Amino acid sequence: MSEIRFEGVERRFHRPGGNFLALENICFEVAEREFVALVGPSGCGKTTLLRMAAGLDFPTGGRVLVGNREVRGPGPDRAVVFQQFALFPWKTIRQNIGFGLKCKGTPLTQRREIIEHYVTLMGLQGHGDAYPHQLSGGMQQRVAIARSYALEPDVLLMDEPFGALDAQTRVLMQEELVRLARDNPRTVLFITHSVDEAVYLADRVIVMTPRPGRISAIIDIGLVRRTERWIDCEHIEEVMAQKSFVHLRSRIWRLLRGLESSGETVGRAMETGVG
Amino acid sequence: MAALNGPTPAVRAGTLLEAWVLPAFGIVTFLMLWAGCTAAGLAPARLLPGPGAAAAEFIDLTHTPYSGAVLQVHLLASLMKFSLGYGLAVLTGVPLGLMMGRYRIVEWAIAPLYESIRFIPPIAWVPFSILWLGTGFLAPTLVIFSGAFSPCVLNAYRGVHTADRAVLEAAQTLGAGRWATMTEVLLPAALPDIVAGLRVAAGFAWQSLIGAELIVGSTGLGYLIIQGESNLSSTVVVAGMITIGLTGAAIDFAMLRAERFVRRNWGQ
Ligand SMILES: Nc1ncnc2c1ncn2[C@@H]1O[C@H](COP(=O)(O)OP(=O)(O)OP(=O)(O)O)[C@@H](O)[C@H]1O
Ligand SMILES: [Mg+2]
Repeated sequence: MSEIRFEGVERRFHRPGGNFLALENICFEVAEREFVALVGPSGCGKTTLLRMAAGLDFPTGGRVLVGNREVRGPGPDRAVVFQQFALFPWKTIRQNIGFGLKCKGTPLTQRREIIEHYVTLMGLQGHGDAYPHQLSGGMQQRVAIARSYALEPDVLLMDEPFGALDAQTRVLMQEELVRLARDNPRTVLFITHSVDEAVYLADRVIVMTPRPGRISAIIDIGLVRRTERWIDCEHIEEVMAQKSFVHLRSRIWRLLRGLESSGETVGRAMETGVG
Repeated sequence: MAALNGPTPAVRAGTLLEAWVLPAFGIVTFLMLWAGCTAAGLAPARLLPGPGAAAAEFIDLTHTPYSGAVLQVHLLASLMKFSLGYGLAVLTGVPLGLMMGRYRIVEWAIAPLYESIRFIPPIAWVPFSILWLGTGFLAPTLVIFSGAFSPCVLNAYRGVHTADRAVLEAAQTLGAGRWATMTEVLLPAALPDIVAGLRVAAGFAWQSLIGAELIVGSTGLGYLIIQGESNLSSTVVVAGMITIGLTGAAIDFAMLRAERFVRRNWGQ
C-alpha cells in the first residue's frame, strides 16, 4: 500500500504583494510500484508537489494521500533525494548513508554491511570517511542517493537526483536505477529537467506548465517500453536509438514548447502551431 | 589543509609582520612608555610601580606566599571556581537554548523571563550569592555562572534558528526521532554558533569571577589584588592584574582554536 494520490491539490504561498498560486487543480496517481517522472519548466511547482508527498509541505486545497492515508508529516517510508542534497556536513559519508538505518535501530554489523554495499554501488570507495564538503558536487549527490536507497523505502521521492552528475556518471546512475526498478520495483516520483531521462526511466511522464503550475499532459511510456522490449537493451544509447523512444521524446518536447496542449487537442494545436 | 602548504612569499612576509613584528612593536612601545613615566617621576612608585618592579614582584610572588598562598595557588583557586561555574553554565545554558530554538512552547514560556534576567550584571548577584552560599568557594562560582549562562543560551538558540532547514527536513524524512534530531542534527548544526557563544561566555565568566573575588572570597587572584591594595602594595596589584590578563588571553586563545576547529570540520 504505497501509491501516491493527489486529489485536486492547490497550493498558495503568502507573498508580500498578496497570494501566489503555485499549483492549481493537480490530480494524478502514482500507482504502487510505478515510476512516474515529472517534467516542466523551472518554477512550475515540481519540488512543491514532491514536498507535499514527503510531508514537508501541505496543500492549501485538496488532499495528498500515500497508501490511502492523508500525508501528515515526513517518515522513513518515503525517502527523499533533495535537489540541494541536504547532507549532514558534520557526518562522514558512511555516517550520512547510515543515519536512517541508525534511526530505525538496525544492528551495527548489519548497518555496516548495507553501508558498504551502497558505498560500492555509488562508486564512493575510498571516500567513506571523508566529509561532504571534501567531495565534488556529483559525489555529494551520489551520497544523497545512497542515503535514501539504504532505507529500502516503499516510496522514493527524487528531486533531480542526477542533476549535478557528469554525463557518464549520470548514465551509469540511470542504468543502475533501471536495474533497481526491475529487480525490486518501488513507487517512485521522479523530477527531472531531462526529457531523455524521463522517457528512459519512467512508466509515465507528467508534463507540467507554469503560472500557475498545472498538469498539461500525462504520457504513458510503460506500454511502449514493454511492447518494444527496451528491457532487452543493455545500454541507454541503444534504447535512445529506438524509433519508439525518439517518437515519445519529440512528443514531450512539443508539449513543453506548447505546440501540443494535451492528448485530445493535438490536431488543432498542431494546425495553429504550424500555421 | 592543502591550501596552507604553499603560501606565496608575499603572503608569508605579510603574516610574519602581522603575527610577530607589529604585536612586539606594540608591547615594547607600551613598556617603554610605562617605564618612561615612572622613571621621569610623573607618578610616584607608590601609585604606579614601573615594569621592572612589577616583574620582580611577579617572580617573588611565585615562591613567597602572599595572603596565605603563592601566586600559582591563587591562580589555581580562581581557575577551579571558573571551571565549576562555567561548566555548570554550559551544561544548563546550551540545552536550554537548544530547547528554546526547537520548541515554540519553551521559547514562549522562557524568552520574556530570560530577556529580563540577562540584563542583570553578574556582580549584582554577589549579595544573594553571599546570603545563599556564604563567603567561601561557592559564592563566586554562582557569580561566574550568571555571567556565562546568558551567552550560552543565546548562542545555542541562535544556532538552531540559523541552522539549515533542509538538513532538519532530511533528518525527519530519514525517521529521526526527537532525541536523534536534537543530538545528531540540531546540536551539531548549531555547534559553530555555540562554540562562538562559549568563547564570549568564557570571557564574561573570567571577568565576573575576578569582580566577585574582589568582594567576596579568601583565595583567588581578585582576592590577591584586594589584599595588595589594603597593604598599600601596588606591585602586588599590578602583578595580579597581569596574571588575570594573561590567563584571560590564554582562555580566549584556546576557545578561538576550538571555534576554528569546528568551523573547519563543518566545511565553513
Ligand atoms: N516557500 C515558498 N514561499 C513562496 N513561494 C514559494 C515557496 N516555495 C516555492 N514557491 C514558489 O512556487 C513556485 C514553484 O516552486 P518549486 O520550487 O516547486 O518549482 P520547481 O518546479 O521545483 O522549479 P525548479 O525546476 O527550478 O526546481 C515558484 O514560483 C516558487 O517561487
Ligand atoms: Mg525544484
